[in-house]
Amino acid sequence: MTDPDPDGCVGDGHDRTPSERVDVCVVGAGPAGALVVHDLVRTGHEVVVLEAGPRFDPDDRIDRMERSIRPYYDPPDVWEMGGDRDAFSATGELYYPLNVARVKGVGGSSLHWQGMVMRLHEADFERRTRGGYGADWPIGYDDLRPYYARAERRLGVAGASDNPFAPPREEPHPLPAFPPSYPDSLFAPACERLGVSTHSVPNARNSEGFDGRSPCVGYGTCQPVCPSGAKWSADHEVRKAEAEGARLIDRAAVQRLVTGERDDRVTAAVYATPDGAEHRQEAREFVLAAGGVETPRLLLLSRSSDHPDGLANSSGLVGRYFTEHLFAGAGGRLDEPTRQNHVGFNTTESHQFYDDPGRGTEGGIPADGGDLSAIKLEFLNYAGPSPVEMALSGEDWGNALLSRLREGYGTHVAMGALVEQLPRRENRVTLDLSRTDDHGNPVPDVQWSLDERTRRTLARANEIQRAVLGEMSVDVEWTVGPENTGPAYHHMGTTRMGADPDESVVDPRLYTHDVTNLSIASSSVFPTGGAMNPTLTIAALALKCAEHVDEAL
Amino acid sequence: MELTRRDALAALASAGVVGGGGAAVFARERREGTDGESSERGTADPRVPDALVATAEVVYPDEVSGVREFVETYSLGRLEGRADYRTGVREAVAELDDHARAWYGEGYTSLDPDTRDDLLRSMGVDAAEEDPEGTAAEQVRFYAVNELLFALYSSPAGGRLVGIENPQGHPGGIESYRRGPR
Repeated sequence: MTDPDPDGCVGDGHDRTPSERVDVCVVGAGPAGALVVHDLVRTGHEVVVLEAGPRFDPDDRIDRMERSIRPYYDPPDVWEMGGDRDAFSATGELYYPLNVARVKGVGGSSLHWQGMVMRLHEADFERRTRGGYGADWPIGYDDLRPYYARAERRLGVAGASDNPFAPPREEPHPLPAFPPSYPDSLFAPACERLGVSTHSVPNARNSEGFDGRSPCVGYGTCQPVCPSGAKWSADHEVRKAEAEGARLIDRAAVQRLVTGERDDRVTAAVYATPDGAEHRQEAREFVLAAGGVETPRLLLLSRSSDHPDGLANSSGLVGRYFTEHLFAGAGGRLDEPTRQNHVGFNTTESHQFYDDPGRGTEGGIPADGGDLSAIKLEFLNYAGPSPVEMALSGEDWGNALLSRLREGYGTHVAMGALVEQLPRRENRVTLDLSRTDDHGNPVPDVQWSLDERTRRTLARANEIQRAVLGEMSVDVEWTVGPENTGPAYHHMGTTRMGADPDESVVDPRLYTHDVTNLSIASSSVFPTGGAMNPTLTIAALALKCAEHVDEAL
Repeated sequence: MELTRRDALAALASAGVVGGGGAAVFARERREGTDGESSERGTADPRVPDALVATAEVVYPDEVSGVREFVETYSLGRLEGRADYRTGVREAVAELDDHARAWYGEGYTSLDPDTRDDLLRSMGVDAAEEDPEGTAAEQVRFYAVNELLFALYSSPAGGRLVGIENPQGHPGGIESYRRGPR
């Protein structure tokens, strides 16, 4: 098909035709893709990044923030998710709300992320050996440790070395941690009496100006949009990469990867522009960085006579082991002001129940001898309703509205938690052949379910939360646990990493076992997910991936 | 609580509008409307500024004063450079005026506040969900009532009424989250 219009009929005048064969073609301009691109262009390689979504104008962020507050707009509207482009199915035991769990565009899901950046623990890399469940990673914490340090510098992590449960680190965080909040001070005495140790939270959010970006100014809408740019997002990294010579083509949805005379080498990424025209971007090396859902989908869409089950899928595991983090929480009210919702991020957590979730405390947390997975406890700075959001939804105004706001705001407290999910082979991303997207490709079908171990761990998280809230004499009004939990929007496991080609999709260098010039930078390579927010590990792996691609070139 | 121009400018800045152009827009809106001229963004409507102030007098609580200056500075400032939004506000105001004339025989801004309140409720604006392309009630909710409530309660002045001086949507810095109640 010939392209009648170099900009793909977008109307912005940007050339969307392919470059001559380049060194590296990266698919996806989210956190992983952005870091890979930036590193490779800095080492002198010619790089093209293909992004399915648009390039968003930073000046529109104020409007997007307002969308996030006003009731007319649904969460996917903030970053324009939805429609035929993003059609999906969710036929598993549990519904999976895919389009609130991701953003397509330059910056990817880091545009709407919370910005929590913790390292995985040593034990996370050896779940099978140490805990008898899940899988071992083919690399250990020590292998990833230098990349974690580099990733923290790149993202500008604000943190402190006050976490007694964190894995060893070699240097302080690049920015000082955000000090504890007033709500944190309400939790502190109860935690101390119970023997629950608390500590600061590493945030990819500027506590002071960093890397040309503003310090946090407290808009309080971090998730889903930071108008000031204080929260790190990958579009920032992409802009820097472009300034150093990388080429970005947005609204360029990759349809499939094609192999050539040698069936173990990708020769081109075939992408479509909005006018429906197809183009071929050729490269020596290809890096998939399209997230935990679109990455396996693209491999499955790339099936051919040489690769009838999809590309890089000789193991049959592409799309398998789709893994999430589960949310557990509880909250209620105190008889005093709690000063919530001034900021949209947290400043205190406890990782005490991460490596040893069943251990009790002398202060009163009961022990639990069951098989449990990791728990990360959070103390929320945004418990209860935001007054402005309440004001816009109700049948009252004037004095009656003000009374309702005063009644509704001011005394809430809440705890959250991330709970590790046991990877399950039957949880998967596959193709729904009965439905197609805007380019006629089968949509992803996310099949997701929960196992008993994960449910037990959710119940354990609730038990700890209730103990803390009870110690504070909080009237607990709500609990999210085994029966009503939801995903944290962390898509992991669908192209798992391993040494054995029969048991994994990529090797420890993040190259696919089957295709010699195709690597993957994504949480999709996590064999297990722990209970830490995944982006710092994604970033560390992206830096490692870029290093290996550079070596290959 | 007295709402001041400074409160409105702070709120305006948080909404991404710099320079506090509200008063200028307000003046132009009136002048163009009075002169029957068209602005570069569409037909001017002299009813807009007065109707927004009149609506704010209903939907804001009694304990705030200085409503006119706050609304003129903040809400009208937000109209600057947003052609579609401006059109929506004008159409919502026209709906209010049309209903007022049909039901009460006079323009919306001529009604006393209690009657304006009755009018809004009779139109169903209180029960309506905001929708810029919906029914008259839904559009009024979007472009007038919720616009004004957003202006107030995402600003420090409105937040303070509820006990939060840095409400969501306002860049009030990273000190207030650490402070206890006063």
